[in-house]
Amino acid sequence: MAHRFPALTAEQKKELSEIAQRIVANGKGILAADESVGTMGNRLQRIKVENTEENRRQFREILFSVDSSINQSIGGVILFHETLYQKDSQGKLFRNILKEKGIVVGIKLDQGGAPLAGTNKETSIQGLDGLSERCAQYKKDGVDFGKWRAVLRIADQCPSSLAIQENANALARYASICQQNGLVPIVEPEVIPDGDHDLEHCQYVTEKVLAAVYKALSDHHVYLEGTLLKPNMVTAGHACTKKYTPEQVAMATVTALHRTVPAAVPGICFLSGGMSEEDATLNLNAINLCPLPKPWKLSFSYGRALQASALDAWGGKAANKKATQEAFMKRALANCQAAKGQYVHTGSSSAASTQSLFTACYTY
Amino acid sequence: MPHSYPALSAEQKKELSDIALRIVAPGKGILAADESVGSMAKRLSQIGVENTEENRRLYRQVLFSADDRVKKCIGGVIFFHETLYQKDDNGVPFVRTIQDKGIVVGIKVDKGVVPLAGTDGETTTQGLDGLSERCAQYKKDGADFAKWRCVLKISERTPSALAILENANVLARYASICQQNGIVPIVEPEILPDGDHDLKRCQYVTEKVLAAVYKALSDHHVYLEGTLLKPNMVTPGHACPIKYTPEEIAMATVTALRRTVPPAVPGVTFLSGGQSEEEASLNLNAINRCPLPRPWALTFSYGRALQASALNAWRGQRDNAGAATEEFIKRAEVNGLAAQGQYEGSGEDGGAAAQSLYIANHAY
Repeated sequence: MAHRFPALTAEQKKELSEIAQRIVANGKGILAADESVGTMGNRLQRIKVENTEENRRQFREILFSVDSSINQSIGGVILFHETLYQKDSQGKLFRNILKEKGIVVGIKLDQGGAPLAGTNKETSIQGLDGLSERCAQYKKDGVDFGKWRAVLRIADQCPSSLAIQENANALARYASICQQNGLVPIVEPEVIPDGDHDLEHCQYVTEKVLAAVYKALSDHHVYLEGTLLKPNMVTAGHACTKKYTPEQVAMATVTALHRTVPAAVPGICFLSGGMSEEDATLNLNAINLCPLPKPWKLSFSYGRALQASALDAWGGKAANKKATQEAFMKRALANCQAAKGQYVHTGSSSAASTQSLFTACYTY
Repeated sequence: MPHSYPALSAEQKKELSDIALRIVAPGKGILAADESVGSMAKRLSQIGVENTEENRRLYRQVLFSADDRVKKCIGGVIFFHETLYQKDDNGVPFVRTIQDKGIVVGIKVDKGVVPLAGTDGETTTQGLDGLSERCAQYKKDGADFAKWRCVLKISERTPSALAILENANVLARYASICQQNGIVPIVEPEILPDGDHDLKRCQYVTEKVLAAVYKALSDHHVYLEGTLLKPNMVTPGHACPIKYTPEEIAMATVTALRRTVPPAVPGVTFLSGGQSEEEASLNLNAINRCPLPRPWALTFSYGRALQASALNAWRGQRDNAGAATEEFIKRAEVNGLAAQGQYEGSGEDGGAAAQSLYIANHAY
């Protein structure tokens, strides 16, 4: 321990830190458009659209070709590998379209879960093999940040010490490797909402998980100023009978974060984890109005909660492009306001925006 | 892990949090007057005074008879066990005098360092045996906070992983026990300034040590909002040939804290560790002017850096008591300003204020 061997030069640190800050500047958040092929299948099935590469391309094209003013609310977009190399109908690469709008391009890097033997169905996440080379290539191809989702669940004997330890360690290895290749790692230790546990229990678990994550990041010499955190909000389990207000969710969430997340972390971008579009926005707003000290930006990295209405509006038909883009833009703006604590609930919401997007034991 | 067994009730948490906030209220810091009998021997021998219980009583009386001017800059006083039960010339217990000024009374509870076998001269700190009963008694006797000092040093092979782990663990046990008894634990993981290492090395070590401390506190279910941290500032080793400005020290210190100390901790009360009175004030001031966001109070818990001039002025003579008390009040007010970034500097050279108070391998 006595000697330090700097993992990054001053220039590398500066680059990482600037990328991270750009993504969460001024209330901006992230569009998580990195659904794997299988997950897109689930989405498309709900709107009765066939899960083909072309359909996936078309939907993403509609989102990415919105007016440039989207860059006021969206600072970064996470892509799936396939999407990084797709083009619009004019042959222009999606990643270039996004970059020209001033949006930072990110890539999902993990390769899904693998079981942890001897546990109650817990998992660790794969994807470390050859990760450095993959990161280097993605960086050349225009990517500036990565995302890796670890999954923990609350149940009997869960999350176990092993699951917490192992997932925290894998996240730290991933983060270290990303930074070596000029990519800002988004660290995502999701405690999924499955179960009937109450708010307090989720808070307790989230605090333990995040403490382990930040110890692991320290042990692995990760430069915190060049990372972002993507945690769950603290909520009751989906099957919990007790209902909580956005203010209660906000207080529990910010309390957990301020007990575990060092101020050096520039931004915390919540996952929406099955919340309806409107709940995801209301909760984020309440979080930003919470009276506790909040030295990091508190923003969003939403998948479903940014795209549900848009998907509904699209229905697989090119003619619905404008309606789709409007639906997406509306959620993006709402969440940007929420990230500044300025969201005013208008009262009218589409069926899709209030519909719970919960899918049991969600995997992308 | 899955079940939480709350360590503290809501009322207990509130009491602890209120005490901590009172100690580090804006512009206030701590007078560390908890020198053991052995440490007082060194102080008194420097001014040619015999180390008797009466002399120690007379000296503390000099400090505690400060008038109401100290109310705005001293939030807490740490006592040694003997002093907690001493009285002034009029038979008024010191504890009462301090409490009547609205200052919180604290008590040193550790029992000094012991060697860690198999290391390069490293130590842990003892004092856990019967600690709960001692805390309960101290609480009855007027103490609302406690202090426990662990010591780490930087050299070729230290601090070792064991030293970091063991000291972090013992600090967390102490903190947990204190809180059970309504006492706010000040957590002090001091990294000594002995050595020729540079500022960066101290920063690196401080970050590793503090990461371990906060992981241990989390593991031991310590309520962070009801604790205070008493760390070293990040400085070069005393024998380092490179000189650094207060601003460099401030930047290194605040960076290290931002990377490790959760915002839930209400205050960081620096130890002075052998810095001269003026240095300790200038550095604290620079820390409070550091442009990085700082979500905790950043103030002082000074022993030597508050008392050196007073001790020198007193020299064991009753006739000098008034002048000595004035010296103490002066340093207290200066540090109260420094804790708000409002100290303009003394402009004086030399005298007791600028003399280095460094003593090799200091043990209280």
